[in-house]
Amino acid sequence: MELIFEKSVAGRACDILGACDCDYVDLPQDVLRAQPPKLPELAEVDVTRHYTELCHHVHGVNCGFYPLGSCTMKYNPRIDEEIAALPGFQRIHPLAPQHAVTGCREVLDLARSYLCKISGMDNMTFQPAAGAHGEFTGVLLIKQYHDSRGDTARTKIIVPDSAHGTNPATAAMCGYEVVNIPSAPDGCVDLDALANALGDDTAGLMLTNPNTVGLFDQNILKITAMVHEAGGLCYYDGANLNAVMGVVRPGDMGFDCIHMNLHKTFATPHGGGGPGACAVGCKEFLSEFLPKSALMDEAGHLQVRSFAGNFLVVVRALTYLMSMGREGIPEAAHNAVLNANYLMRRIQGTFEPAFDRICMHEFVLDLSEFKKETGVSALDVAKSLIDYGMHPPTMYFPMIVHEALMLEPTETESKETLDWAAGVFAELYELGKTNPAVMHEAPHHAQIGRPDEVRASRTPVLRWYPQEEGSAAL
Amino acid sequence: MSYVPSTEAQRKEMLAAVGVSDYRELYADVPQQMLLTEPLDIPPGMGELEVSRAMNALANKNVQYTTILRGAGAYDHYIPAAVRSIPAKEEFLTAYTPYQAEMSQGVLQSIFEYQTMICELTGMDVSNASVYDGATAAAEAAAMCRDRKRSVTLVSAAAHPDVINTIRTYCYGTGDEMRVIPAKDGHTDLDALREMLGSDVSCVYIQQPNFYGLLEDATAIGEAVHEAGALYVIGANPISLGILKTPRECGADIAVGEGQPLGLPLGFGGPYLGFMAATTKLMRKLPGRIVGETVDTAGNRAYVLSLQAREQHIRREKASSNICSNEALCALTASVYMAVMGPQGLAEVARQCTAKAHYLAEKLTAIDGIDLVYPGAFFHEFVTTLPRQNEVLSALETAGILGGLPLDEGVLWCVTEKASRDDLDRAVSIVKEVLA
Repeated sequence: MELIFEKSVAGRACDILGACDCDYVDLPQDVLRAQPPKLPELAEVDVTRHYTELCHHVHGVNCGFYPLGSCTMKYNPRIDEEIAALPGFQRIHPLAPQHAVTGCREVLDLARSYLCKISGMDNMTFQPAAGAHGEFTGVLLIKQYHDSRGDTARTKIIVPDSAHGTNPATAAMCGYEVVNIPSAPDGCVDLDALANALGDDTAGLMLTNPNTVGLFDQNILKITAMVHEAGGLCYYDGANLNAVMGVVRPGDMGFDCIHMNLHKTFATPHGGGGPGACAVGCKEFLSEFLPKSALMDEAGHLQVRSFAGNFLVVVRALTYLMSMGREGIPEAAHNAVLNANYLMRRIQGTFEPAFDRICMHEFVLDLSEFKKETGVSALDVAKSLIDYGMHPPTMYFPMIVHEALMLEPTETESKETLDWAAGVFAELYELGKTNPAVMHEAPHHAQIGRPDEVRASRTPVLRWYPQEEGSAAL
Repeated sequence: MSYVPSTEAQRKEMLAAVGVSDYRELYADVPQQMLLTEPLDIPPGMGELEVSRAMNALANKNVQYTTILRGAGAYDHYIPAAVRSIPAKEEFLTAYTPYQAEMSQGVLQSIFEYQTMICELTGMDVSNASVYDGATAAAEAAAMCRDRKRSVTLVSAAAHPDVINTIRTYCYGTGDEMRVIPAKDGHTDLDALREMLGSDVSCVYIQQPNFYGLLEDATAIGEAVHEAGALYVIGANPISLGILKTPRECGADIAVGEGQPLGLPLGFGGPYLGFMAATTKLMRKLPGRIVGETVDTAGNRAYVLSLQAREQHIRREKASSNICSNEALCALTASVYMAVMGPQGLAEVARQCTAKAHYLAEKLTAIDGIDLVYPGAFFHEFVTTLPRQNEVLSALETAGILGGLPLDEGVLWCVTEKASRDDLDRAVSIVKEVLA
């Protein structure tokens, strides 16, 4: 595909503004740029067709099956988009007077109230813009809590080795030393390893439950009690909340603060990488440490970004929450778990699950035996799925399972889709045994073959340059 | 409504295939005393029509002004129709991060094009795929500059208060220090800055145009910063870069900013867009996703997520940042905006904003008791004194006009291309009437 810059024709333009009805003013010459930016020069038809061409080479969850483990790619309802596009939400200035934004405040209050009920928390902020940003906000609650008590010797955050990379990265951004503890063979927290790691220097524990192999940690109450006994606090990474919402609450598991990804669990679209939105909830004793906005609320507080967060994403999530209601929330969780178990059992017998037991909303296939036998790797299988129009599962994660493929079908896939997907996996299993070479070279029908990532990293070309400027590599 | 497509009969069939008779058996690992026994204390679900009614009612409780003369970090620019419709395509809207390049070339190419446009706008060499907003972009930029010897961040008091607070919060996280450079006459105090530039200073952050709308002497500030061996970060308004000197031309090592003016709605504060661009030298310190060009097995041009060795999923606690999700769809929106406007269109937005802001400033300051608070050139915002401030602002509101933002020293006005001369004349006559 041509780049948008390669379609540019000097002198072509869209007429958007029309004539200016005030006299132009001259700013001092020394504040003006030497040359205009080299943005593309296009007619509206060029722009529209360019992006239509691009969108034909993108796979969204509303286009087809997307079992990307730990990302909860559930269907994104159209009504949520329609509501977020209402001028009564879109055209509202964040610094408009309070009386002019009562609708926005009510959206935040309702979403807060529903999500506190679902999570078992007492208070909540929507300021963080994404999951990792929410982790940062949540761990800062823990830090402020210890600081407020003068308990400055607590310098360590405990993270299981099965955790998402954002957990240890977050702890480091909050100035903590990260203590990685090994998981038990079943992927759950190793209680002995936890006991050894806990001490007077423990600020807290970051945990996902169900964990990243898709299992609910049966020892959860014991784990949170052990951390509390050592004087630490417990942080719940809500990445996997979809399995248990309306069934069991993180607040009842003993967690003190939590983040929920509205773009996963509550069906707001992920936009090819964002925007997400994050609700960070906490128990009452941490409420005073929640972030505020300097211009909107009390100054002097901590604040993790401007204004009140990704508000229009919260609007979508509230629309979804209202649609679902008290029955719909647990019904979604039940069916997310059912779909994962059904797909796992349908695939089992060809590719084998890493843990042969009932899973939560996702499961991990372990392809190490298959690879030994056929030479076909998890990567080869993932790339082969693309030729069937299925988005590959998460690959090589969690790191405690070798040749891992992690599948999360979500509740919005029908039995027909799951049966079809299981059939595709069975076909690939057979293909690996009979013609592994063809899988090493997959995909065969995608827009590109496998890209050379080493070259991309060794010779970075991170922007387009006009022809006459020569070499593009940095 | 739970959006679950399986019928009751199918669910039963699937439960049987799994070997359980009931949903409850799927949750056998959950300590049974923790299971919720009562339904959630939230309202029952609703049909789409009912939800639409309820959410429309909430939207209708907000006041929509016909003219918005308030900015302060969120700007009411015209959003062309194509900029609304293109990013709403379901493919772009409902994709995840482009981990699988073969299935995501459209998203990857759009990010590569966005990175190029941001480089063109700022004059820098490399851009990332976006961060959350302008405030977090500034905080992440400050983090890029620190090393063992230099860890102090200096931030101009004339920057946006939310940005100052966010940088302070990120510094609190890592235990680093942030100091505020005082403002003098609404501008960063260069003499004070020179005194503060010790050998422990890692970087200096200023905003251009600054929070009061004023143009800083960004080149002189940059020279002082570099003389002291620190790095220079400029937070720029992207619309102003249609005509104003680029951060690179002012000497910046890192350019960041709030991308909301590039086609994103006010939306009560978000989602917005943090853009970040830097010199080649700082490339491997940039946080977040970066898309690079390469070739596929057949030698054809292809795009991938690149330089991932910086990121949390590889480096874990040693990553340059914890960022994972960014604001990709907002970056796409900004790209479509820049493509629709083109170089001439973007310059025209900047010129019309400047023209109209100066028109309003001239008309307002012709009224007795209203004066500019700060001297110096400004872009599309300015601060005036305003007698009987509350009365004036509520009279404007009654007429459907959101007036400037009240500050301690006066009122911060903003005018964009959206306000017509008639709108401005109407606002001025209301102010006159109240003060008569």
